[in-house]
Amino acid sequence: MAQLLERNFQLLGVISRLGINFRFGEDTVAEVCRRDGVNTSTFLLICNVYSIAGYTPTEDFLANVDLDDIVKYLKRSHSYYMGEVKGGLREAIDKLTEPCDAARKKVIMGFYHAYEDELEKHFQYEETIVFPYVKAVLAKTAGKDFSIARFEENHTNVDEKLGDLKNIVMKYMPPQCDNALISDVLWRLFMLQLDLEKHTFIEDNILVPVVNRLENNE
Amino acid sequence: MSKKVLIAVPSIIAARGLERIFSDLGEFEVAGILRSLPLGRETPLQRIKADVLIVDPSGYDADSALSIRSGIAAQCDAAVLGFQSSLLPDEVWRQFDDVVGLYDEPTAVIKKVRDALSTHHEQPDESEPQEQLSQREKEVLVCVAKGMLNKEIADKLNLSIYTVITHRKNITRKTGIKTVAGLTVYALLNNLIEV
Repeated sequence: MAQLLERNFQLLGVISRLGINFRFGEDTVAEVCRRDGVNTSTFLLICNVYSIAGYTPTEDFLANVDLDDIVKYLKRSHSYYMGEVKGGLREAIDKLTEPCDAARKKVIMGFYHAYEDELEKHFQYEETIVFPYVKAVLAKTAGKDFSIARFEENHTNVDEKLGDLKNIVMKYMPPQCDNALISDVLWRLFMLQLDLEKHTFIEDNILVPVVNRLENNE
Repeated sequence: MSKKVLIAVPSIIAARGLERIFSDLGEFEVAGILRSLPLGRETPLQRIKADVLIVDPSGYDADSALSIRSGIAAQCDAAVLGFQSSLLPDEVWRQFDDVVGLYDEPTAVIKKVRDALSTHHEQPDESEPQEQLSQREKEVLVCVAKGMLNKEIADKLNLSIYTVITHRKNITRKTGIKTVAGLTVYALLNNLIEV
């Protein structure tokens, strides 16, 4: 497990969101997963998504994935984005725009808040509609009024706003804004973007096809 | 290198007249004359790779006449001018980069074609990338930031809707900003609009 994290420290976020505890000494991945009640195959699948560019999950992985773990992971990611990430980012942008005149500060913060709201709305849709539906499919109690295919919509707008925010902060901040603070905000935005990409990938290329398969087998 | 012109005009007299106007200059080469331009899948457009098309919409039925420009845009990236041989609704003419008429002087025709080409290809010069927004792009951006629709911008600035779309694409390519809300922030930070 330690070697895995040494190879890709981005997995730090993954293990904490899956509820894997540190203090694993020399234990192997399988041992740690067993100890903390995480499906090893699911864990490795998520690690692959994070570590291999252009990764496509093999049939074997998809057949063995534990949907409960995937949903748990996605939900914890949501809380992570809406908690730590959002709080830190909001504070950083607020600090960055402090020296701007009131009108500029307002318009930049306004754009950021709109992005936040949109992200939150998107997550809420998943938590209230999609995830309960996945649970129902697993329990074989799902109704016919929703299907997972309908879920593959609407990531794009959220992504576009984040890209815009990055460009605005990188290229067009007024001269009185501090360079170190711009850099700090950019770090946060790049990290968030990278993480959201993986998050979306897990939804579109693991959650959707696996649920789709279950729907068809019913 | 001379620009390739494709003429799609039912009147052979008009088509030959246009051909003559272009061939006198050496700046343009007439790559083909068609009586009509089919707008389906298999069209001569991809093969000919014209830089400029001159199309008479009078040969189309009312519905297809409105989608000539988009039909062509799906096939090639030429500037498209309308050829006015009869009276048709404004919406038909608005889709074109410009319109030449039966009674235009040859010099006026050439000027319109040159202008259409330069607006259409406001792409940066390869040797020295021009990444600053042009004056026209700034005007379009201000309209976008004010929440105007493409058609409203076209009317206000007297451009075809396709030129407006080209400008918007270029604005996004240069700034990296895609959403209207983001472009509004950009316009404000760059003092193009007041709050």
